[in-house]
Formats: sequence, structure tokens, C-alpha cells
Amino acid sequence: MSDLEDLYREIILDHYRSPRNRGELETPPAHRAEGFNPLCGDEIVVYLELDDESAGEDAVVSQVRIGGQGCSISQSSASMMSAAIVGKTVAEVRELTRSFKAMMSIHEGELDGDEAMPTGQPGESLGDLEALRGVVKFPVRIKCATLSWNTLAEGIEEALAD
Amino acid sequence: MADISVKDAPADPLSPEEIRADFPLFANREGIVFLDSAASSQKPIQVIEAMDHYYAFDHSNVHRAAYDLAEAATNDMEGARRRIAGFIGATDSAELIFTKNATEALNLVARSWGAANLGAGDAVVLTQLEHHANIVPWQQLAAEKGFEIRWIDLDEDGTLDLSDLDRILDGAKLLGLTAMSNVTGTIPPIRLLTDAAHASGALVCLDGCQSVPHMPTDVKELDVDFLAFSSHKMCGPTGIGALWARRHILEDMPPFLGGGGMILDVSRDGFIPAGLPARFEAGTPAIAEAVGFGAAVDYLESLGMENVRAHEIQLTSYAMRSLTERFGSDITIHGPAEPDQRGGVMSMAFRDIHPHDLSQVLNQRHVCIRPGHHCAKPLMKYLGVGATARASWYIYNDTNDIDLLGDALEAAGEFFSI
Repeated sequence: MSDLEDLYREIILDHYRSPRNRGELETPPAHRAEGFNPLCGDEIVVYLELDDESAGEDAVVSQVRIGGQGCSISQSSASMMSAAIVGKTVAEVRELTRSFKAMMSIHEGELDGDEAMPTGQPGESLGDLEALRGVVKFPVRIKCATLSWNTLAEGIEEALAD
Repeated sequence: MADISVKDAPADPLSPEEIRADFPLFANREGIVFLDSAASSQKPIQVIEAMDHYYAFDHSNVHRAAYDLAEAATNDMEGARRRIAGFIGATDSAELIFTKNATEALNLVARSWGAANLGAGDAVVLTQLEHHANIVPWQQLAAEKGFEIRWIDLDEDGTLDLSDLDRILDGAKLLGLTAMSNVTGTIPPIRLLTDAAHASGALVCLDGCQSVPHMPTDVKELDVDFLAFSSHKMCGPTGIGALWARRHILEDMPPFLGGGGMILDVSRDGFIPAGLPARFEAGTPAIAEAVGFGAAVDYLESLGMENVRAHEIQLTSYAMRSLTERFGSDITIHGPAEPDQRGGVMSMAFRDIHPHDLSQVLNQRHVCIRPGHHCAKPLMKYLGVGATARASWYIYNDTNDIDLLGDALEAAGEFFSI
């Protein structure tokens, strides 16, 4: 079961069983974005609060909460993401998102191939998120891992659009 | 649940082991435990060879050509149409329209019959068991036409709540109904509902995707007005399905797709649509697929649909009993408790393991089940879950497959308890 153990690293199961930043934030001031994975019915709700929305890319993520329900991969990815982005600027969050998606070797819409090769160069800053690297061996699960990140991106756009 | 031990159970009217020998996939993927036939069945060699033979010996475009080859292709396709119509108890094969799949068949009903007959003030009744294919086309049309959609809810045991049926059907023009839930396997009392709908002046559009492959179907006995079903869930190829409807209803329906094949005459001023079934089959049809679909029906008839149904009730009974005995409260089986009230579909929750994670671990043992909402989100909402793990069986499955599913569930339980 080596592939399987690679997919379900202990840290993933830990985040799944004890999700970080679980809950809701009042909107406003927070922004709420909702994401669905139509493949498996997973739902992620991201509540995002920036310290100063007018600062644009320099605005800092002051609080984040995660709601919804889903599989261990989608939920642990959301949990790790929430832990990783608090205190970061929007620009830094975007960079982290790029690194994460590079690790997932995700270029939106390119999920048709059987083999998703881990070609990306994740930055040093991925930390715990590195544990999700095993997901690329299971292409249908990549969307589970990226669901919260795509939802976060929507939340950021909404926050900055105001 | 029926309390019969395996020893006391009646003999299986099918021989799954012999049947498996007809399906090349099982030889090519040794050890596979395929429990996802509700999504799509495997194909017997008879169907594969019929399609190969058609391409190697009989292929040309159908209709309207004088040469022998075109006649052969036409005969192959129309012969399949007759046999498929006969399979569902229809005597007039012109009432059987080939479509891309059951989804297209249901869209055809909505876009043609629905668009011509539904408007503001009208109502369509659906059940909470429906697949999205029998929900969304009506919602799309309702958004344009302004009619109301009413719902028949479910009882606690996953069967339809018929207590308020007359009020729900009052003034409705159509009842959209599944003949077997693709999630819980629930089989509604179709004839009772059809009679009630007709008494209210509503037509009945039956989604037979799950039922037609798995039990005898007779449109006259069921007394429905429309029946949609798909080839690929009943041993036939993908890319083809069928809509059956009563002749007088079809003759009053405007064509759905326009183009070649569906006209009697075209001038600069307009067109006159062809008769049935060509009226609803614009463009070159899926000829080889129709041939394969016909071969699939022949294959199932050689087994006997009564036998198929009896085999699946036995297997469902075995699965519900053996898995409950083995896992107790760790397993929740959704839907009716009585195996004969359900098809060969079992949606379950296993401990607190998410269905997507469960199926991933089962895959490690080559056990193929399907996690997700199964295109039935209103039903998921009723069940109070985002997804279920669904195992489904067919003619080639046996109790050994159920035991292997149980072994895999046990392994999954161990894996996630680390």
C-alpha cells in the first residue's frame, strides 16, 4: 500500500481529524466564497478577512475560517491552507497558491491525461503542504486538493473588488 | 431484513461464473471486483462482435440508398429497433426513438413535448429520488416557460411519501418519475403512480435507466407515456439510448433536432417533418451502436429478465445481511430494508470514512465502487450526506464479490484507524 500511504500521510489524516480554523466569520467584514467539487460532492466554504482591503496586493490576511464537508484530501488541504495563509499578504498568498498548484502540476483544465507528473518546483514555503505531494499519483484526487485554493482565490478577488 | 442463511437461499437462477466468461474485460483484468454497473455495465463478447461484424460486413449510411449494402445497414439498425422495442413490451417499433443516451431522451421530452405543452400556471411533478437528468431539463424549461415544479418527498425508509399524492398531482401536466433510484435502489410503485397521474390528467415520463437493465419492463403494464433508458447500462455500447413514447403523443410533438433524415420535404419556405421514428432522429444515427444495443437486448433475453431480477434480489439480500452481520453499526445502508423493494444498488456509509477516501482504499484491492452524489443531489440532501459510497451489481457478480467488498471495507477500516 505504498502509494496509498503516500497519499494518506499522517499529517494529512491529522488535519482531517483535527481541522484548523474550522468555523465561520461574520460577513462583512469577512468575505465568504463557496467551492464545489462536482466529482465527489465536496463543498468548501472559505471565510476570509483582510486587515486593509484598500492595500490591494499588500493587504494582510488577518483571519480565515473553513466550512463545508468532504473527503480527507479536500478537508486537510483546506485546513493546511488556512494555517499557512494567516499573516501573509495577498501577494504572498498568490505566490503560495502558485507553488502549491505547481506541486499539484495543475494547469487548469489539463486533467485529462492518465499521468500527472510532478513537474512543478514547489517553493521552500510549502511546509506541511508538501505532504499533499502524493496526491499527484491519483489524478482524480487533484481537484480535491485544489478545491480550497480555488475557493480562496475567489474570496480574494471578491475582497479586493469591493 | 429477510432472515435466510446462504444455505437456505434458493439457487441462483443465473450462473455468474459462466456469464463472466462472456465478458472479455474480466479475463483482461484479472482479479477485478467490478461493483459499479449502475454507472455503466461491462460488455459481453456477443455485443462487441456484433458491432465488429457490422463494421466489417454491413456498414454504409442507412436509408435512402438503392444498393444492397445500404439495405443491409438499414436492416441491421431497424432489426435492432424492433428487438429493443419488443424488450420493453412495445408492439410498434416506430415508437422507439434512438437518442444519444437516456439524458438526451429526457431532454427530448422536455424540449419537444414540454415546450409545446407547458406554460405559466402549469405544473410538473418530480420525486426526490430523481437523477439530475430528470430534474434539470424540467428546471431549464420552467425558467423559460414559468411553470411550477412540485416534489414528492420521501418517507423515513427511503420510499416515496404518497400521503399527499392527490394534492400534489392536482392540475399537473406531467409526472417525472424514476423506475429505480440509482442511489438507494428504491423501486417506487410505478403503476399506482401512473394511475394517479392519469386520473389527474398528467402524463408520466419514466426514467428507466436503472430498471430496464435489471428487471422485466412492459410499457403497457406500467401504462407510462414516456420511457427513457440507456444502452450502456445494459451490456450495450455507450453513445446510444432510447426514448419510447405512445405513437399519438409522438405524432403531436414537434421535432427536437432539425437536419437531414427528419424531414419529408424542405423548401425555401419551410419543411414538413418526417413520420416516426425518423422525425426525431436528425442526422446519421449511431448505427453500429444500435446494432450493439440490439445484441445486448438479445443477450439479456437469453438469460431471462425474470432471472436477472431474481439473481439481483438474492445478491442484494446477501449483501445487506452479510455486511450488516460483519460490521454492525459501522455500516449504514441507505434505502429500503427489504431487498425485493430495491434494485441491485447499495449506497452506504462506512464508519466515518468519507466515500471518496473509502473508494480510494478499496481500489487498492481492485474493488470498484463509486463515491459521490451520483447526480442526485436532492436525494443526498434528504439522506443528509454530501456523498455516499455506492456498490452495484449485475448479472456477472456473485456472493464472492460481496465478500471481497467486505474484506476491502475491513481493510479500509484498519487503514484509517491507524
